Order: sequence, then structure tokens, then C-alpha cells
Amino acid sequence: MGCIGLSATRVVSVVIMLALIISALSMPMLLSGAAHAIDPGEALSDPTLEARARNLSLEFRCLVCQNQSIDDSDAPLARDLRVMVRTRLVAGDTDAEIRTAVTQRYGEFVLFRPRFAGHTLILWLLPLLLLGLGGWLARGVFSRATSSDVE
Amino acid sequence: MIAEFGHFALISALCVCLVQVGVAFSGAASGASDLMRMGDNAARAQCGLVFIAFGALTYSFVVSDFSLAVVHANSHIAKPLVYKIAGVWGNHEGSMLLWVLILALYGAAFSVFERAMPQTLHARILAVQGLMGIAFLVFLLATSNPFSRLDLAPFEGRGLTPILQDPALAAHPPLLYAGYVGFSMTFSFAVAALLEGQVDRAWARWMRPWTLLAWVFLTLGIALGSYWAYYELGWGGFWFWDPVENASLMPWLAGTALLHSALVAERRGTLINWTLLLAIVTFALSLAGTFLVRSGVLTSVHAFANDPARGVFILAILALFTGGGLAVYGLRAPASSRDGFQPASREALLVTNNIFLATATVTVFVGTIYPLVLDAIGGPKISVGAPYFNAVFAPLTIPFLIMLPLGPMLAWRGDTFSSLFGRLAPAALAAVLVTCGLALTRSGTPLLALVLLGGAFWLVGGALTDMVERLRRLKNLAQTPLLSAPVAHAGLGVMIIGIIAATAWRQELVVAVAPGDQLRIAGQSLRFEGVRERAGPNFTSEQASLVYLDGPHEGADLRPERRFYEAERSQTTEAAITTDLTGHLYAVIGEPVDGKRVVRIWYHPFVALIWLGAVLMACGGALGLVGRVRLAGRMHQSGGAA
Repeated sequence: MGCIGLSATRVVSVVIMLALIISALSMPMLLSGAAHAIDPGEALSDPTLEARARNLSLEFRCLVCQNQSIDDSDAPLARDLRVMVRTRLVAGDTDAEIRTAVTQRYGEFVLFRPRFAGHTLILWLLPLLLLGLGGWLARGVFSRATSSDVE
Repeated sequence: MIAEFGHFALISALCVCLVQVGVAFSGAASGASDLMRMGDNAARAQCGLVFIAFGALTYSFVVSDFSLAVVHANSHIAKPLVYKIAGVWGNHEGSMLLWVLILALYGAAFSVFERAMPQTLHARILAVQGLMGIAFLVFLLATSNPFSRLDLAPFEGRGLTPILQDPALAAHPPLLYAGYVGFSMTFSFAVAALLEGQVDRAWARWMRPWTLLAWVFLTLGIALGSYWAYYELGWGGFWFWDPVENASLMPWLAGTALLHSALVAERRGTLINWTLLLAIVTFALSLAGTFLVRSGVLTSVHAFANDPARGVFILAILALFTGGGLAVYGLRAPASSRDGFQPASREALLVTNNIFLATATVTVFVGTIYPLVLDAIGGPKISVGAPYFNAVFAPLTIPFLIMLPLGPMLAWRGDTFSSLFGRLAPAALAAVLVTCGLALTRSGTPLLALVLLGGAFWLVGGALTDMVERLRRLKNLAQTPLLSAPVAHAGLGVMIIGIIAATAWRQELVVAVAPGDQLRIAGQSLRFEGVRERAGPNFTSEQASLVYLDGPHEGADLRPERRFYEAERSQTTEAAITTDLTGHLYAVIGEPVDGKRVVRIWYHPFVALIWLGAVLMACGGALGLVGRVRLAGRMHQSGGAA
């Protein structure tokens, strides 16, 4: 009875790893939120470029109304930034290049998704560490079962 | 005069509260049952007095007594009655009075309904509740007196922020607070039991209904806030990972973990320490939420009190209760059980549930305070927003969804995963088939969205399977708690389907139109008829009309509005929404540009499932509660007869 169960932790860890890989592969595509500030004529005619513009816009914080992304914000500054993102996209810049350009001009504060670096290491790795810690602690509980739980 | 009466009632409530703490603690220590009974009476008297104070403030709002600073700052004669009443808690002072009222109501309800437990534990719980009452009453009277008068009474008030003048938002704070403050009960249960030195399965059984009650309220409160944001903020977003939303999500996640760990504590007598810790932490997170919102540390639409003195006071309360609770825990926590679990057992899956929910709670917590901490230690200023939380939560959700249906279907103590295979195969097959069907018919759906949808279908299928199995076992209505888990789990699945569908398949149209122009979205054509002026009770509005030219709503129209509130000198956007079986058509209008009008229309597919799912979850919680209350009543009767 226990032998099927014992592999459970291994199954669980494989499931988690698979899930992480799948989501890492497809992550940038899902995260398109709603917008309300984009004006008529602002959108690009190429749907692929426009989709990229929207996803990028959601990552940039509006520095005027600070709880909104530039995609949501009505502020003129946000509009300027949206236009800049689209101009650069049309010019052929990559997403990473645009992120760098925007960060250089407005600072890291503008990024709603902090970049992966030394000072954000804890932020990005903590969930994984916690899961690992939880699993490790629970392993102790499970392994005791074999000796004490005779049923 | 009425206001002074209310003020006096508040001061009296504080005095009664001091008595409550004194007699309940000393009664429990000496075993004097008459003292302990006096604690019960004090809790009820305190509740009555706070109720009088709340009534006095409500009356002042209803009659527009502008000599009260709070009424002057937040009300207006022209405001409809319902918003005059809702205005009572639409400001800092009043909302803290509501907080104290709900705290007192929980204490009084506990003193009336909870009769099965030992009298000393009962008294200690009331004493700890009383300590919180003292802290918040002092806070209210010292820094946020709702009854303070102005020297000269103005003729007119400044009005309530127009976006708060809304039925959903009138009900949002009371529900949310009933949830937040409800977790004060779990805190009191934990601290009282630790002081008592007796924490066992019975303790977990007595605590669970109170946890469940708070959780149901918090679920509904958060859902209502999200629904309000969806239709009122004008672009159809339902969750923004705003710090204040996070502040309400943290106690919800911790409270959900607590519900599940208390189940293990109740059935197996293990995980007691972890349950105690969660009970303390859940309430600490509720307090932290209050601190974050009330102190103005965070920039947010919710933060209407940016007074540092208040922030410091709440921080002191937070430190006192969290620190005190954890100290009691550290000093008095019982030796942890040496009992192990079979990996294929319900308790093992409940442990897994707790690992995920604890991880989620800490992730939200760290994500919310990380920028503040980094800034405080001299690091660079960074932002942590929706893209971060989405990126972290999506991968956490997938394994959680895959494992969730297994738990409730495994037996306690020991089972095998292979026993589940035949029972859950139909659900798994159905989930895979539906997901494949969607992948083929809805091309362009992101892979992650499909995986999450598949997981949610699997969850709903598993919950339905579980429900059918449990219905077969159900012998009478007193066993309704059996259905609690499958209903709540199905609710979570439904909610996730709504979130993913509305995010992945949203359509949007932004155009400038002149009267007579046609536009087309989500397979439906509409004609813009123009804009007309309209007068409301305390606002004027521009109302557009968009007529459906085909489809099921042919001839009907969408009427998005922009409202101008004279008293508050501000405007709101009122979206027009048509509900279909498959989704919402959501329209707002913008400013006039060159004789044309900017119209924004979204198609939000299956978005209503988000709140339907939340309501189902709350129903699941309520089912557990109904059966439990009935069961407790029976136990009380049989106890009385014995």
C-alpha cells in the first residue's frame, strides 16, 4: 500500500517541474490585460506588433497615476510612452531593447515586472524556495509514517 | 446631542471592555464561574453600546448634521439616502467604527451561541476578544473620533467621492470587514487555547465554524470589490494586484490554508501547532491589511486616511497583537505530534494544499512589501505589479489544480492513488477532450491559457465526481457539510475558467464615431445614435446610445454614461454592459473629439464566471457552516440532557 504512495512526492515534483517549464515557455503570451486609455488611431495595423505593444505597455508603470500601467492610464505622459513603444516596435526593436530604453530614461521604478538581478533575487526565487522548503518539511512527516502508522 | 450620545456610548463601551477583559481573565484563572459569566454579559453590553454609537453616527449622516467633521467632509444634502448611510463607512473614522462594531458583534455572537466548550476556554476567548476591543476603541477615541465637532457648522457638506456612490461599494466594506475581523475569533481561539494549555481535536472542531464564517464573508467581500472595479473603473479589469487588493488576498489565502489544516487537526489530532500558527498569522495579516490601507504607506485609491499618527497607532496594535500572539505561541505551543502520514491519504494532500497556500501567501506578502523594504535599506526604487504576480502565480496554480481533486477523494489515514484512477478517469478524460477541442476551435489561444483551462476543467470535473459520490452517502440534511468541499472546489474551478477565458479571448474596439456610424465586435453590429444629456439626483450625465443591429439583442441598446458630480466636482465613467450566455459586451464613452465621440467596446467572454465561482465558493463554505451549526445545537442539547 505504501509503495504506490511513496512515489507520490516524486510524482509531485515532476508535475511541478513540468508545469514550470510549460509556463516559462508560454508566459509572455497570456499576460494581456484590458486597456482603457489607448486612443483611436494609436493602435498599430499589424496585429502581431500591436499585441507585443500591448504586452509591453502592461509592464510599464505610469509615473503620473502610479497604480496603473501606461496601457491603462489616461495621462499624457503614458500616451507619449505608448507612442514611443510603438514607434520603436515598427523600427524593428526587440522587446528587450525597448525595456532597456524605457528603463534608461525613467529608471527601474517604471518596470512593473522587476528585472531578474541581484537585488530582486529573493523576489523571483522565493516562491520556488518556499515550495522546496515546504516539501522538505513535509517529507519528514511522510517518512515517519512508515515506522509509526501501522494500519 | 445625538452625536455626544454616540461619543459617550463609545467611551462606555471602552469601560465595559476593560471589565470584560478583567473579569474573564481572572474568572478563568480562579475558576469562578460567576465572574466568567459576567464576561459574557460584558461582551453583549459592549456590543450594544458600540451599536448605539454606530446608530448615532448613522443618524448624523442621515439628517446631514454638518457640525460633525466627518459628515461635513463626506456627505452632502443632495446625496441619495442609501449613500448617506453608506457614507458612514466611506471614510476613515466611520470605517474604523464599523470595524469595532463588527468586532463587538463577533464577541457577542460568541457569548450567545458557543456553549459547548469548557467555561474557562470560553472566558479566555472572550477576554482576548476584549483586548482587541480595547485596542481599537482607544485607537478610535484617541486618533479617529468620528464624533468630533466643527466650531462652526457649515451649510453644506463636501460630498462623498462619486466612484464610491455605488450599491456594490456600499456593501463591500461591511462584508470585507466581517471577514477581516472574523479572523479575530481564530486569533482569540489560538491565544486562549495556548493560555489554557489545552489544544486538541475538540478545540479545532470548535474553531472551524468561526473560521468558515469569516472566510465566507471575506470571499464575498473580495469578490464584490472585484466586481465593482470591473464595472466602475471603466475598462473591465477585475484584479489589478493593487497593494490594497493584495492586503485582502493575504488573509484570504492564509485563512483558506487554516480551514484545511484545522480539518487535519480535527480529524487526526495532528498539525495542531501549524494550525495555531496559521490562526495567529491570518489575523495578523488582516491587521497588516488594515495598517497598509489606513496608514497611507501605499499609494492607492483605497487610502483615504493619510495621517501618519494613525498609521503609527495601527502599527503599534499590529506589533502588539502579532508579537503577543507569536510570543504566547513560542512559549506555550505544545510538543509537536510525532504522528506521520501515509503519502496517499487525505491528510497528506491537505498538507500539500497548505504548502501551496502558504507559499502563495508569502509570495503576495513579499511582492507587496519588497519595494518598500528595498527602498528603506537604500536599494533602488523598483515596482512590483501585475506582470510579476501573474508570472509567479500561473506556475504555482498548475500543480495546485492538478492535485486538488485528489485530496477530497482519498480516504483519511491511508489509501492508494490507484483507487482514484477509475473514479477520476472520466473527469480527466473530459478535461483533456474539452481542452483539445478548445485548442482546435479557438486558434491563437496561448498554451499557458490552455493548460490552466485544462486544469480548471479537471478541477470542476473532479469536484462533480466527488459531489456525486458524497450525495450517494448523504443520509439526511444534517450531513450537508459533506457537500461543502466539492461545491467550494467547483467554485474555484469555475472562477479560474472565468479568469483565463476573459483574459485570453478578450476583444477590444476603440473608435471615434459620429451619430449613425456602425461598428462591429464579437460578431455583432451596433450603431452609434449619439449622446444626450440627462439629470440624476446629484449629478448630470452624458448618455450615449449604441443600438444592436443584429443578434439576440437586436433593437436593444447599450447606454454608457459619463457622470458629472457637481458637489464633488468630479466625474465618473459608467460602463454599459449586456450579458449573454457567453460573455459581456462592455461599452464606455470618452471625450468628444472633432465632433466625434471616442467609444471603447470590449467583449469579455465568460467573465461572469469569476464572480459566480466566488459565490459558489462562499456557498460551499456556508454549507459547511449550516450543518455544523445544526450539529453543535444537537450536541448542546444532548450535553444538556446528560
